Amino acid sequence: MIHLETDVAIIGAGGAGMAAAIAASEAGSRSILLDRSLIGRGGATVMAQMTVAAAVGEQTEDHWTHHLKDTLAAGRGLCDERLARLLCEEGVAAIRKLQEWKVGWAAEDGHLKQVQAPGHDRPRCVYVDFLNTGPAVSKTLRTQVIRHDLIRRVGDLYALDIVLRDGAAVGVLAVHLHTGEPVLVAAPSVVIATGGLTRLYRRNSASLNMGGDGYALALRAGASLIDMEFVQFFPIGHLAPRLIGMDPIMWDPFRYKLGGRLLNGNREEFTQKYGVADGGRYQITRDQATYAITKEVEAGRGSPAGGAYLSFEHVPEAELRKAFGPIIDKLAKNGIDLTKTAIEVAPIAHYHMGGVRVGTDMETEVANLYCAGEAVGGANGANRLSGNAITEALAFGFVAGRNAAVRAQAAGAVGDIAADAAEGLAMLQAKGRPDAPNSAALIAALQDLMQDYVGPFRTQEKLTHALAALRRMRGELGDTPFGTGAAYDAERLDWYDLRTMLTVAEAVTMAAIARTESRGAHQREDFPGQDAEWEVNQVIRLAGTGELTLERRPVIREPELEAAS
Amino acid sequence: MSQTARLTVQRGAPGQAHAERYDVPFEPGQSVLDGLRWIRAHRDPSLAFRFSCINANACKECMMLLDGKVIYACTERLTDGEMRIEPLGNKALIRDLVTEIAPPDERL
Ligand SMILES: Cc1cc2nc3c(=O)[nH]c(=O)nc-3n(C[C@H](O)[C@H](O)[C@H](O)COP(=O)(O)OP(=O)(O)OC[C@H]3O[C@@H](n4cnc5c(N)ncnc54)[C@H](O)[C@@H]3O)c2cc1C
Ligand code: FES
Repeated sequence: MIHLETDVAIIGAGGAGMAAAIAASEAGSRSILLDRSLIGRGGATVMAQMTVAAAVGEQTEDHWTHHLKDTLAAGRGLCDERLARLLCEEGVAAIRKLQEWKVGWAAEDGHLKQVQAPGHDRPRCVYVDFLNTGPAVSKTLRTQVIRHDLIRRVGDLYALDIVLRDGAAVGVLAVHLHTGEPVLVAAPSVVIATGGLTRLYRRNSASLNMGGDGYALALRAGASLIDMEFVQFFPIGHLAPRLIGMDPIMWDPFRYKLGGRLLNGNREEFTQKYGVADGGRYQITRDQATYAITKEVEAGRGSPAGGAYLSFEHVPEAELRKAFGPIIDKLAKNGIDLTKTAIEVAPIAHYHMGGVRVGTDMETEVANLYCAGEAVGGANGANRLSGNAITEALAFGFVAGRNAAVRAQAAGAVGDIAADAAEGLAMLQAKGRPDAPNSAALIAALQDLMQDYVGPFRTQEKLTHALAALRRMRGELGDTPFGTGAAYDAERLDWYDLRTMLTVAEAVTMAAIARTESRGAHQREDFPGQDAEWEVNQVIRLAGTGELTLERRPVIREPELEAAS
Repeated sequence: MSQTARLTVQRGAPGQAHAERYDVPFEPGQSVLDGLRWIRAHRDPSLAFRFSCINANACKECMMLLDGKVIYACTERLTDGEMRIEPLGNKALIRDLVTEIAPPDERL
């Protein structure tokens, strides 16, 4: 067993985790920034391609209160208004900080270029060309992180549990993937920055590491989750032909620039049948497009791979070249010539609005346990504005890191935590099951189940089927890890992932069953329309019995904002 | 139309390396990473290899050797025929196709 010791233990080195580490260091605290993958490479931040929203007011006059108004409107009455405000207000400083660190936001005529994404009342979204926003943000933060001597970076370390003493966090139990050895990171404060859960779905924009680890870590530590039913689907994720070397959400910016026609399997325009004539001009919202495509497929009019066609065939080649830049050549390498072929698209799971409940200091209900980034729930309510997620990761990361540092300095060293971690350590040392089923196939089955039964359009019947199946799978998984726990034991890793994914999938499904209305990203075909009675949040906890419990909570409003509007 | 890649994959811990063969059905356009993931779900879940981003070619974790040449498994396509897959030769072997690729100051 390996013992490490620090002031702030930060789980996950995406945008939020790296921002937290920098802020902790600036506040004078040491940190260990750990990740199950490589530092700055494992999650969504490095994969983001589009834009980042903040009221920096460079393209046109703007103020964070305008951004907040749009964020609250998109959240359909469910945003924790304090967190939404923090996102919009602190987001401005966060984007400026990145600018200072030379991230390379696109600029023209002496000001940053800002584009208007759907749902924003004005051009507000900065970006790095072409499709390079996430890699640039990641690289810039990593360069800063490396400059801080107080930050220790450790990759290939998989966090398994928050270690508690008297109900407060005192560190992290992790496993070193390269040796299989248990690692204890003793720390008087801990930050969960593990990102979202979209790997739960078959069609997703997720990396391997986005199975919702932070939600399960928080639940097992005694913290609660909020808004778990709200999974955002991105309507035109790439489906076919197989496109490699590019992210499946890549088509959106080109639709902004060029339109692009959505066609069904018979090559007819269809969105007008669902109330929105698109006319190739990208007027349809994300929810409407997701609905229209799903319904065409259900009616047997899908494209061959089970989605819709997206066609740029009517756009002159020179215009395509201007809009797509070097991407045209990458597409050519994939055998795709947009002047001659329509590609196939379908809704894919892309972001999760829900997550760990925190206050404005990013502390969870468990003392000394903080959370930041997509892992946090509440700021975006029932739906997220495009561009808000990276802002959220950065702004919340800085806040969490600063506060976790202050707490660590007040609390002081925690000493040896081996006794506190005894239960988790015992599980790690388990011998393994000889009759284990194929772990990779189990994960695929879970993803199929979530896609087909807890997807963008839900019914009581489908959801209850899913819940029963998830509980059955939990039984099948059992309490004894698969594999032997040797160096890079892929089956054991899957078992840990399944333990997390099943818990988190159950949280999503339970909350979706209870919410008998349609709001934002949660659409119930058996309860169409928003119901004023349901302007409440749902909160989930893990009871002592090992079962999840659900309760309703009034939405947290910001009285000051109410008065101002 | 489905084709078949005949993969010879190096397996095992350092000092116990050996080759195993897998026939992998695929649709043209699919990546070597798709093929390795297919093997895990359909033949042997213990096969170990590194990857994170799957599509974006952003994480750069999936480097390995194909017929002796360094590739990203996620951007290299499966082909109808023999393919020899090995771990990077210039990095310490952990197991199967996994090698120590993290920068030295980011290791435990
Ligand atoms: C393809 C794609 C494109 C996107 N485009 C945009 C966009 O244009 N604009 C926008 O605003 N948002 C976008 N988003 C959303 C946005 O990128 C994310 O919400 C945001 O980057 C999340 O940052 P994060 O730091 O919270 O999490 P991540 O960046 O996901 O980082 C989490 C880290 O935690 C690690 N981790 C997870 N579990 C564990 C564990 N158990 N132990 C140790 N480490 C762990 C992961 O390996 C990962 O490195 C996009 C998302 C995707 C997937
Ligand atoms: S899987 Fe990320 S680069 Fe290949």
